[in-house]
Amino acid sequence: MDWPILSTLTFLPLVGAVFILIARGDAEVVARNARNIALWTSGIVFLASLALWINFDVEQGGFQFEETAPWIAEGIGYHMGIDGMSMPFILLTTLLTPICVLASWTSIHSQVREYMIAFLVLETMMIGVFSALDFVLFYLFFEGGLIPMFLIIGIWGSDNRVYATFKFFLYTLLGSVLMLLGILWLYFQFGTTDLTELARAGIDPYWQQLLWLGFFAAFAVKIPMWPVHTWLPDAHVQAPTAGSVILAAVMLKIGAYGFLRISIPILPDATVTFTPLVYTMSVIAIVYTSLVALMQEDMKKLIAYSSIAHMGFVTIGLFTFTPSGIEGALMVMLSHGLVSAALFLCVGVVYDRMHTRLIAEYGGLVNRMPLYAAAFLVFTLANVGLPGTSGFVGEFLVLVGAFQDTTLVATLAATSVILSAAYALWLFRRVVFGALTKAELKDILDLNRREVAMLLPLVALIILFGVWPMPLLDLFHAPVENLIEQHELALNGLRGVGATLAAQ
Amino acid sequence: MLYGLIVFLPLVGAAVAGIFGHWLGNRGSQMVTTGLVTAAALLSLAAFWFVALQGQVAVVEVLPWISSGGLEANWTVRVDQLTAVMLVVVTSVSAVVHWYSIGYMHNDPHNPRFFAYLSLFTFAMLALVTADNFLQMFFGWEGVGLCSYLLIGFWYEKPSANAAAIKAFIVNRVGDFGFALGICGVFFVFQTISFEEVFQAVPRFVDTDIEFLGGHFDTLTALTMLLFVGAMGKSAQIGLHTWLPDAMEGPTPVSALIHAATMVTAGVFMVARLSPMFEYAEFTLMVVTIVGALTAIMAATIGLVQNDIKRVIAYSTCSQLGYMFFACGVSAYSAGIFHLFTHAFFKALLFLGAGSVIHAFSGEQDMRRMGGVWSMIPLTYALMWIGSLALAGMPLFAGFYSKDVILEAAWGAHSGAGQLAFVLGIVAAALTAFYSWRLLFLTFHGKSRADHDVLHHVHESPPVMTVPLMVLAVGAVFAGMIFAPYFVGEDPSFWGESIFVLEGHTALENAHHAPLWVKLAPTVVAVLGIATAWWMYVKRPEIPARLAAANGLLYRFFLNKWYFDELYDILFVRAAKAIGTFFWHRGDERTIDRFGPNGVAARVMDIARRATRLQTGYVYHYAFVMLAGLVLFVSWYLVSAGL
Repeated sequence: MDWPILSTLTFLPLVGAVFILIARGDAEVVARNARNIALWTSGIVFLASLALWINFDVEQGGFQFEETAPWIAEGIGYHMGIDGMSMPFILLTTLLTPICVLASWTSIHSQVREYMIAFLVLETMMIGVFSALDFVLFYLFFEGGLIPMFLIIGIWGSDNRVYATFKFFLYTLLGSVLMLLGILWLYFQFGTTDLTELARAGIDPYWQQLLWLGFFAAFAVKIPMWPVHTWLPDAHVQAPTAGSVILAAVMLKIGAYGFLRISIPILPDATVTFTPLVYTMSVIAIVYTSLVALMQEDMKKLIAYSSIAHMGFVTIGLFTFTPSGIEGALMVMLSHGLVSAALFLCVGVVYDRMHTRLIAEYGGLVNRMPLYAAAFLVFTLANVGLPGTSGFVGEFLVLVGAFQDTTLVATLAATSVILSAAYALWLFRRVVFGALTKAELKDILDLNRREVAMLLPLVALIILFGVWPMPLLDLFHAPVENLIEQHELALNGLRGVGATLAAQ
Repeated sequence: MLYGLIVFLPLVGAAVAGIFGHWLGNRGSQMVTTGLVTAAALLSLAAFWFVALQGQVAVVEVLPWISSGGLEANWTVRVDQLTAVMLVVVTSVSAVVHWYSIGYMHNDPHNPRFFAYLSLFTFAMLALVTADNFLQMFFGWEGVGLCSYLLIGFWYEKPSANAAAIKAFIVNRVGDFGFALGICGVFFVFQTISFEEVFQAVPRFVDTDIEFLGGHFDTLTALTMLLFVGAMGKSAQIGLHTWLPDAMEGPTPVSALIHAATMVTAGVFMVARLSPMFEYAEFTLMVVTIVGALTAIMAATIGLVQNDIKRVIAYSTCSQLGYMFFACGVSAYSAGIFHLFTHAFFKALLFLGAGSVIHAFSGEQDMRRMGGVWSMIPLTYALMWIGSLALAGMPLFAGFYSKDVILEAAWGAHSGAGQLAFVLGIVAAALTAFYSWRLLFLTFHGKSRADHDVLHHVHESPPVMTVPLMVLAVGAVFAGMIFAPYFVGEDPSFWGESIFVLEGHTALENAHHAPLWVKLAPTVVAVLGIATAWWMYVKRPEIPARLAAANGLLYRFFLNKWYFDELYDILFVRAAKAIGTFFWHRGDERTIDRFGPNGVAARVMDIARRATRLQTGYVYHYAFVMLAGLVLFVSWYLVSAGL
C-alpha cells in the first residue's frame, strides 16, 4: 500500500497544534511561536496537498488515494478517498488556512496560542470531511469542525459574539441530530455506514424520503438555504476576519458537498421527489437575499447575504442533474470559496485600521489606498459574475443546466445578474469611491506586504480560473458523469422493480 | 498571428500601463498604450485588405475556455468581412482617441489608469467582434460594459459620476439578463454555441416551438427576442436608453470612443452577426424595426431642448443607433453597419470637437454659457461644421450615403413597420439637423454668454488634439462616398457569408430603385431643419424661449427626457429598496428569527451566562470541552453500535 497521503494531510495540522501546545515561555514568546508554527504548518500542508493534484488521475471517475482500516466496528470503518469533486476543496482549505493565519497575525492578540490551535484543528476537520467515505467518519469531521468554529466566534468575536454563537449552534444542532438519527437507522438497517456501499444499497423509496429530509435539515442549515439562513449574517458579523473566511469559503461548501456525496448517490428517488422544493428554496434565496443584501449597512452582513444568494446557484445546479448544472455548481462553490474569502479579507483589512464595519463610516478609500481599491474591485467583479473572473463560469453553467430543466428557475435565477451588480457595486461605490472627507480616514494606510501576500494569490487565481477554468472542469468531468450515470441507473432500477411488482 | 496581434496588443498595453503605470509615469503609460493601439490600427487596415477586399476569412484558435456537458467555447479570433469592418472602426477610432487624450488629459494625475482603461476597453471590444461563439461575444460584451463603468466613474470624487457609472452598469445588466438567457436557450435548442454550427442548423428549427416560462413560442422568435434585449441595453434603445446621457459624466474622449463610436454600436453588430437567426424570425425583425424607429424619434425630440453640449450629442447618438436598428429590422443589415461605420467617424469627431470646445471654455459644458467664439477657435469650429454636415446627411458627406440608404430601405421594405420607420426616420432627420445647428449656433455664434475670465482664456487646442480631429474629419467627409459602392452597392458580395438575408427580404434591393422623392426627402428635410435652427437661434433668438413658454407641457416633457428616470426610480429603485428592507426586518428579523432561534436562544442564554462566569479566562476549559465533546461523540457511537 502506498503512503497514506490523505491521512497524513488530514492530521498534519494536528502535529503543528501539538507543537504550539507545548511551546513554553512568557506570553509574548508563546504568541510569536504560535503564529510562526501555525504559518509553517499550514504552509507545509498546502505544499503537501499539491501532491494530490500532481498525482491525480483526471480520467478516472472513481475514488483515488483510498485508504481503509478497521475502526469502530464491523461496517463502520476508517475509509478515506477523494475524487475530482472533493480534491479541489481540500486544496481550497489548505490554501486558505495559511492566508487565515496571516490575516490573524496582528489582529488577534489575546490567547494567540489557543487561537492558532483552533485553526489547525479546524483545518484537520475540513480536510477530513472532504476525504471521508464513511458516513460516521464524515459526521465526526462534519460536527468536529463546528467546535473550533464555535470557539473562534465565541472567544475572539465581536461584542455580540455569544448570541451569534448560540444561534449558530442551535441551527446546526437541529440538523445534526436528525442526521445522526438517519445514520443510526442506516447502520441498523444495512450493517454498514460506508458511503460507497450505501450507494448500492437500494433503499426503500418511503424511507429514502424520511432520510432525505433528515439529512436535508443538516445540509440546508450548513449551506445555508432560505429560510434557515439567519444564523449566517450574525455569525459572520461577530466572527474575527479569519473565522469569516473559513466559514464562508469552506464550511458553507460542506452542506452542498453533503448533497453530492450523500443525499444524491444514496437517496436517488427522494432526491428527485424533493427537487422542486430545493428549486423553490434556492430561487427564493437568490431573489430574497439579494434584495436584503442591497439594504445592509454592515459590510460583513452584506457579503454574508450575498453568499446565501450564491449558494442558491449551487443548490439549483446540483439538482438539475445535467453535467453543466453540476459542474457549474462545483465551479460556483470553488469560485465563491476564493471570492468570499477575499471579500471578507478586504473587510478585515479596513476593520483592522478603523475598527468598524459600517459602510457609512467609510468612503473615498481609493484616494489613500489604490492597491486595496484595485484588489477589492477584482473581487467585487468576481462576485458580480463578470466573464473573465471565476465567478462567471460557474453561474453561467448553472443557468445553462437549469434552462434545460425548467426555464422558470433559470429565468428567476438569472435576475441575480442584475441584483448582484446592484448590491456589490453600490457597496464598492460607498466604501471605495467618492471624495475622502471623513477625518478619521485621512491617514489610513494602503495594503502592507503581509496583506498583499494574502490578497495577491486570490486575485491571480480568480482571474486565472475565469479565463482558463479547464483544469478544474477537467477534474469534474469524470466523477460528474459517473454521478449522473449512477443516479439514472438507480432510478431506472427502481422503476424496473416497481414495474415488475405491478405486473405480478 | 496578424489577427492575434490586433486583439492582444491593446491588452498588453492595458496590462503594462495598469500594473507598471506607477513607474512609467504619465508619459510612459501614454506612449505604451497609444503606440500599441496605433499599431493595432495599422494592422487592422492590413486585415481589412486581406479579409474584406480579398475575401480571406480567418479563424485563429487561442485557448479552450469552457467545456462542460457538451458546451464548448474557445477563445478565438475569427475575422470575416463584418469583423474586418468593425476592426477598422474600433482600432482607428481608439487610436485617434488615445492620441487626443494625451492632450485632453494632460492635467490629470491619473493618466496611467485612464490609458489602461482605454486600452482594456479596446481589447474587450475586439474580443467581442472577433468572437466565433456566443460566449466570447458575451465576454467582450460584459468587458466593454466594465470599462464603460470604470471610465464613466473615472473621476471618482464626483458623486454624479459614480451614480452614472453604476446606472450604466446596472441598466446594461438588465439587457445582459436577456442576453444570458438567450445564450442558454441557444444551447438548449442547438446543443452548441458556436456561431457557425448554430447558423447552419437554424433552417431546421423554423416553425418549431419552445417552451418558455409555461408558454409555447416559436423557437427562433423566442431566442432572438431574448438576445435582442441584450442589444437594446448595450445600444441604449428606448426603455433601456436611460444610462447613455448620464454616461456623459465620463471624460469626453471616453464619450467619443465608447458612447458614440464603438461600444454602443455593439448591439447593431450583434443583430447583424446573428442575421442568419434574425432573418427567420419575422416577429423579432418587426420589433427591431419599431424599437429602432421609436428610439430615433424619442431621442431626437429630447435632443432638441437639452442645454448640455455633450448631452445633445449623446441623444443624437441614441437617435442614430435607432436608425441602425431599423435598418437591421428591415433586413438591410449592411446599411445598418454602413451607418455604424460612417457614424463612428463623424460622431467621434463631434464629441472630440465638443471636448475641444469644453477645453476652450475651461470645462464649461452648458451651452447657455457659451457663444460668440467661432473666430477664436476657427479650427474647432470648422471641424464641428464638418461633423454636423455629416450627421445631418448633407450630400457628399459620409452620413448622406448611409442615412439615405437606410431610409430608402425602410421605404423599400413595403411593410407596416417599415413605413413607420420611414416616416419617423424622416421626421427625426429634420430634428437632427435642427438640433445640430442649434448646437453650432449656441456654441459659436451670437453674443457670448460666458463670463469674462473664461472668455479671456478661450484658445485653440494643441495639435495633439486637433490632428486627431482632422483625421476623423477626413473619415467624416470621405468614408461615405468611398465605401458606399462596397458596403451597400448593387452587388452584395462584399459581405461574403458574414451577413445573411433571405431571398424574400428585398428592402435593400428596392432601396436602389426608390422613387426620386424618397431619395430627396432626407436632404430636403435636413435643409429645412438647418434653416429653422438659423431662423430661431440667429435671426430671431427670442423665439425659442417664447415657444417653450407657449408649449410648457411639451417642453417639460422633452426637457425631462420623457420622465423615464422618474418612472424607473419609483418602479425599480425605490421598490427594490423597500422590498429589501421589508424582507430584512419583517422577514428575517421579525419572522424567522423571532419564531426560530431567538425564542430558544433566550432560554439558553440564561444558562450560558452562568456558564461563561465559570469559564472566563480559562481557555483550557474550552480545550477540555472540545476534547470532551469528541469523546462524547465517539462513545455515543460505541454505545449505539452495541459494543
